[in-house]
Amino acid sequence: MQKRSIVPIVYILFLMLPIYWLVAMSFKTTNEILSGFSLFPQTFTLENYRVIFTDPSWYWGYINSILYVSINTVISVAVALPAAYAFSRYRFLGDKQLFFWLLTNRMAPAAVFALPFFQLYSAVGLFDTHLAVALAHCLFNIPLAVWILEGFMGGVPKELDETAYVDGYSFPRFFVSIFLPAIKAGVGVAAFFCFMFSWVELLLAKTLTAVEAKPIAATMTKTASSAGYELGLLAAAGTLTIIPGAIVIYFVRNYIAKGFAMGRV
Amino acid sequence: MKTENQKAWFFVLPVLLLVAFNALIPMMTVVNYSVQETFGDNVFFWQGLDWFQQILRSDRFHAALGRQFLFTFLILIIEVPLGIAIALSMPRKGFWVPVCLVLMALPMLIPWNVVGAMWNIFTLPDIGLLGYFLNHTLGINYDMTQDPIAAWVTIVTMDVWHWTSLVVLLSYAGLVSIPDAYYQAAKIDGASNWSVFRYIQLPKMKTVLTIAILLRFMDSFNIYTEPFVLTGGGPGNSTTLLSIDLVKIALGQFDLGPAAAMSLIYFAITLLVSWLFYTLMTKDDQN
Repeated sequence: MQKRSIVPIVYILFLMLPIYWLVAMSFKTTNEILSGFSLFPQTFTLENYRVIFTDPSWYWGYINSILYVSINTVISVAVALPAAYAFSRYRFLGDKQLFFWLLTNRMAPAAVFALPFFQLYSAVGLFDTHLAVALAHCLFNIPLAVWILEGFMGGVPKELDETAYVDGYSFPRFFVSIFLPAIKAGVGVAAFFCFMFSWVELLLAKTLTAVEAKPIAATMTKTASSAGYELGLLAAAGTLTIIPGAIVIYFVRNYIAKGFAMGRV
Repeated sequence: MKTENQKAWFFVLPVLLLVAFNALIPMMTVVNYSVQETFGDNVFFWQGLDWFQQILRSDRFHAALGRQFLFTFLILIIEVPLGIAIALSMPRKGFWVPVCLVLMALPMLIPWNVVGAMWNIFTLPDIGLLGYFLNHTLGINYDMTQDPIAAWVTIVTMDVWHWTSLVVLLSYAGLVSIPDAYYQAAKIDGASNWSVFRYIQLPKMKTVLTIAILLRFMDSFNIYTEPFVLTGGGPGNSTTLLSIDLVKIALGQFDLGPAAAMSLIYFAITLLVSWLFYTLMTKDDQN
């Protein structure tokens, strides 16, 4: 047993090294970074973080990102719930084709859609709003949410539904007060994945925003090119983008492995 | 068994509308561009299938497609076995399980351009941790902005770093669902480690592995941001994968017609290969 644990330890070390380097750089001055190699920050500084937390063009990037990611997660899970229920409980005309069609939307490269998305959201007057990015990310998040939730719902016996109806529950009441608690792990896992894929996506988020809803990841690319190459600042901004994901994953840590085991293809 | 109920369509309707809005309208725009030529000012001329023929015959497309298949092939051949091996050696219960899972999932939650930028500063020859170590400690001449092989090794290593955990998490999920009784039975029969893996663990992981391989195929085939930030497609064109080339044509040169035709061919290839994977891997279930 002891010898086996070498593999995960080495793997985790490998994962942590680039992250360590990013964090270490964020505490260095740009001068120190460019002047040569140092394993630990020699002149420890919080200046990079101070810039980010005091400059609105920086911290609004984070607020914008968190806003559209949250809107997307809520929309995706809310509409995926009834759809996943339909797929897991009923047969209807074209159900299999529809399910496969939904999945094909995960296969479309975002690069393909960048320009048409810009035109579409400009035409409907949503360009540069949080809602535009949130809706655009639905393209790949809704199919995923339906897929995950359908797997979880399949694991709930149908007798639960029937017993509730016999007991005189209406459908909405049954769904909210009995069915949802039964699949709450699934809702957590689905929400986690929607959050994750919306948080890490940049191409569409950048295409659909200019000033008002600009995501943090886009702020980073612009600052990097205009102010020369502020490596320390870039590293601090990068470090801060890891934190929301780390918080979210902490909440679902016990469900994440279980979640997949119930999924089906 | 599922009951027949056409009213279920009402449950699916919101999903259908939202996804169709995002998928069908842009897709039709792409189809429109792919059969027309424009010289600006919103004036379009019918072009038929010329763009498709041009793309399918162009050496540039063949080269980018070749690089894309090579990249995806390397990713799958490294990440899938590695992910399974790590999942097999992980503890099944106890304090360390959530710690491992959280740490392993961390790379997947970093925005893709940050991943690219992070690996950029990690591999800088004189001031990056990895670059410094290779050049000055081991004495290997490593500079991915000059050497195509170094650039390839770097983007593949970056993707292994970024996504192997997905395979680990999925395989692990399959493994923990195996009841202890299976292992006890195998022990009584005197089964070797290999036969435990081959006849108990692998079949139980099949469903989740299918998901893992499909997701890894789709995402690595569509990869854009990370290699773009890391290498910009260079040196030369050596790491210009299909998406990077597509964006160069569409937004760099603004050749909308050829770019649209290329998008549709690209999408068709992704769809075809995904379908092949899917049918091959679920074939046994049908019998």
